[in-house]
Amino acid sequence: MSDSGNPEVHAEPTTFLRKWIFSVDHKIIGIQYYFLALIAVFIGLGLSVLMRLRLAWPNESWPLLEKIFPIGFDGGPMTPEFYLALMTMHGTIMVFFVLTTAPQGGFGNYFLPIQIGAHDMAFPVLNMLSFWVTFVSLGVMVAAFFVVGGAPISGWTAYAPLSALGEVAGPGLGAGQNLWIISIALFCLASLLGALNFITTVLNMRAKGMTLMKMPLTVWTWFTTAILALLSFPVLLAGGILLLLDRLGGTSFFIPGGLVVSDTIIEHSGGSPILWQHLFWFFGHPEVYIAILPGMGVASQLLSTFARKPIFGYRAMVVAIFAIGLLGFFVWGHHMFISGLSPLSALIFSVITLTIGVPSAIKTFNWLGTLWGGKIRFTTAMLYAIGFVSLFVSGGITGLFLGQTSIDVQLHDTYFPVAHFHMIMGVAALFGIFGGTYYWFPKMFGRMLNEWWGKFHFWITFIGVNAIFIPMHLMGIMGGLRRYAQSTEFKFLEPLQPYQEFVSIAAFITAAAQVIFLVNLFWSMFKGKKTSENPWESTTLEWTIPSPPPHDNFAGKIPVVHHGPYEYGVPGSPRDFVMQTDPPIDKNK
Amino acid sequence: MAISFAVTIWLIVLATIYLFSGQMGWFPPQVSEHGGAIDDQFFYTLIVVGVAFTLAQVVLGYYVWRYRSSAHKEVTYTHGNTKLEVIATVVTAVVFVTLAIMGQKVWAQLHLQGIPEGAVKVEVTAQQFAWNIRYPGADGRFGRTIPQLINDQLNPVGVDPKDPASEDDIVTLNRMAIPVNRDVQITLRSKDVTHSFFVPALRFKQDTTPGMAISSHFKALKIGEYEIACAELCGIQHYKMRGFLMVKSSEDFEGWLKEMSEY
Amino acid sequence: MGSSLVSSKEGDQASYYSNEGGVTQSRKRNSRIGMWLALASISMMFTGFTSAYILGRGTNNLWQPINPPNYLWINTLVLLASSLTVELGRRATKASELKYWITVTCLLGITFLAGQLWTWNLLVNQGIYLAGNPHSSFFYLLTGVHGLHLFGGILALLYLTVRSWLFSSTLTQENTVLSTTALYWHFMDGLWIYLLILLFFWR
Repeated sequence: MSDSGNPEVHAEPTTFLRKWIFSVDHKIIGIQYYFLALIAVFIGLGLSVLMRLRLAWPNESWPLLEKIFPIGFDGGPMTPEFYLALMTMHGTIMVFFVLTTAPQGGFGNYFLPIQIGAHDMAFPVLNMLSFWVTFVSLGVMVAAFFVVGGAPISGWTAYAPLSALGEVAGPGLGAGQNLWIISIALFCLASLLGALNFITTVLNMRAKGMTLMKMPLTVWTWFTTAILALLSFPVLLAGGILLLLDRLGGTSFFIPGGLVVSDTIIEHSGGSPILWQHLFWFFGHPEVYIAILPGMGVASQLLSTFARKPIFGYRAMVVAIFAIGLLGFFVWGHHMFISGLSPLSALIFSVITLTIGVPSAIKTFNWLGTLWGGKIRFTTAMLYAIGFVSLFVSGGITGLFLGQTSIDVQLHDTYFPVAHFHMIMGVAALFGIFGGTYYWFPKMFGRMLNEWWGKFHFWITFIGVNAIFIPMHLMGIMGGLRRYAQSTEFKFLEPLQPYQEFVSIAAFITAAAQVIFLVNLFWSMFKGKKTSENPWESTTLEWTIPSPPPHDNFAGKIPVVHHGPYEYGVPGSPRDFVMQTDPPIDKNK
Repeated sequence: MAISFAVTIWLIVLATIYLFSGQMGWFPPQVSEHGGAIDDQFFYTLIVVGVAFTLAQVVLGYYVWRYRSSAHKEVTYTHGNTKLEVIATVVTAVVFVTLAIMGQKVWAQLHLQGIPEGAVKVEVTAQQFAWNIRYPGADGRFGRTIPQLINDQLNPVGVDPKDPASEDDIVTLNRMAIPVNRDVQITLRSKDVTHSFFVPALRFKQDTTPGMAISSHFKALKIGEYEIACAELCGIQHYKMRGFLMVKSSEDFEGWLKEMSEY
Repeated sequence: MGSSLVSSKEGDQASYYSNEGGVTQSRKRNSRIGMWLALASISMMFTGFTSAYILGRGTNNLWQPINPPNYLWINTLVLLASSLTVELGRRATKASELKYWITVTCLLGITFLAGQLWTWNLLVNQGIYLAGNPHSSFFYLLTGVHGLHLFGGILALLYLTVRSWLFSSTLTQENTVLSTTALYWHFMDGLWIYLLILLFFWR
């Protein structure tokens, strides 16, 4: 069948359905994931804009919004339950359908096989299934808005018993919460299938010469992220099943006895609310590393490429990636310091949490080390990579406060952790996605994104996100509590209001600027400047093939790897970069 | 581009330092025995974080400017420096772990030590959306509670009148008084979902987890009235579960208790 | 341009990947790795359930361990037997042998699932339901989730059975589906023993 000795090549599909809808080609699936995340991020962004509207002006009426959301703006101002529903869905959609999807499902799917020299993922059909299950999952999640009672109000963390008791505990906690759980369960399944694929592909399908220590750091992060997903998502699935059984099956895994909600006696007993927290956060903490690791990989790739220097400390970077992944499994208790956890275990969790700061710090040193002595080209992708480092420092370093039990007593559930995780996930990880987009778009679509508009978008976004989230830390210090529909009911919260307004205005401007990115993306897909194989003069395997790549990636040829992934500025070489597939340099010359 | 980037980063650093200088708002003044230790720990951490943050961002900005391709033509080809890596790792690890261990002392005081003798006992039962405060009365014992007896208007905590210990129990709504300069033992419970009892001025926060009765202690050092807020999402009125902690002199406290028991 | 890709020689498939073996070996290895990974993730889910079980047993004062219906032990023997037969099928040297053992395994598997439903029925008749008693909740939960996964295995066995009857010449020892299904099946067996121990010997 194969005339060129290419293993694993599935025949190029011909029908529209098999080519664009039910494609098993990892490149198409990657694009599908990316666009799913794009839809999700704009939904999530819209939700956050509405949230910020209420926080800044809680008692204002918005007649136009009242027309669109009559239940949510009953009588004028946004209702607190609508705020909580928006907040729950914002968090859920952003964490799952954007941050766990775009970097891994989007770029990972597209570029992992190519960067290791394979023709496709190990299980192309499973890959297609993972995407479509994710798609259905998003549909089910969005459906929660449209059922009686609306979307759940228990936060993306869905703590029991609030999430387990049903409508008696609040609106949206009936059908809305059920749909939420089902959507998450589907997402878990899709993630597991995806993780299987990524790990197997890296272990078994690398081209000749592509040893583990010659893999680009992007591949290392996708690989580690997949391992984290494989081992953490099943625990969330277990928790979700138990929660659904409590809600629908009359069991009491999470509901203790003796509960009385609004004078209604609850007929469950024997369960433990803390059990939910354990199960959720055992998943939840690795999840946030799932969200950030691929961004770190992209940052390393971009910093090296555009500083024209090898990454500083490749080996240490690999060790750090693994250390972060591994340690990430042992710190979940730091979300539960004051939940009723045993104080001794809280202590242990705290110490381990602070040690996770060490590999993260090492990565930061190494990124700085990569810039040192380099020859920096300020493409939009590079701006995002540098921005990533700055935001990772700002966002990550406040973890040092929160990881300490005594300080966490004061800061837990305030705007301080909200600022912390938004800076790391909502911004740094996002910059990883933006950077990856500007870098890989030419390869994916054969055209360049507009650099001028890209830089303009970068500047507004970079300044904007700092303006939004750095003051938010102070709001937390001042005592501002999170998940509050407004900060006006307490005297000690009064000083917060000017900050709420400032943050909201910054958020509106930054959100509006994202339209620039959207327009650039779609316009450039059709009208962007056409590009060659390797517009960035980059070294990794994807830059050895045409833009966009042929169906089987390597056009019938088999790549053989001779060099590491970041050989820039090699003394004695004819160009200022050596591609991974270039012939070995004769050291005797 | 390079200089704008560097300057932007440095301006962000300056703005951040100013924001964290206390000029634009800060923690509410603390009035508890352990509060000082928590604030101190925050301060030490702030120094470490401030130095690391400033250093990293300033160096980032500097490198971005210094190594721009228009100014720096010759790349220093290197794969890293193992010695530097090791030193950086060790230093960071020592600093972080020291911080972690330093902060545990106050945690141990709050949670791992026993309740001091003669502490004033108070029980807080959180519910959607209020704080039920109960005092054991003269006999020093809390009466038994039975969920079936709970009635939001008449018997919010479900005190069992058949238990002799509950005769002198005092139950108030959203108002908690304690005597100044005396240890208070607080037991935290919940009627429905997870809430969290938070008094910013006391530097005290503890979740009220249904099914559990969590015990802790604190001591207030200054007379005054402080707000109690809920710090765990509990439903639609989570944002207005407002209570008042009144720290009174010993006589005023006894007087208040006597007044409350007459209801 | 500067990029040099070594163009392939005819039939030079073995040298493509950094490990030895060529296409079929590679595909087989993929499936094996994939199956181990799937088993790892299924294990993590049951680890989640186990921790719920342990915490529940520790803190729950309503915990009333139920007695396993006798039929459960018979059913366990059925499952153990099916593990034996699937292994015999995997190692069969003749197509007819394979066909026989796979069919028996499939039937035993279906018998086990039916037996689980029967056991549930026995319990319901005793008034033991999903709700009410935490221990019985876990019993239904764990046997249910196990049964669901086993059902997936049965679907694979059905496929193999049909293939062995209709296309016996193509189904050999080498078949990847056969070996991965066997692996999965043994895991389900081992998981069942673990669940029995958790539910009834450590309560």
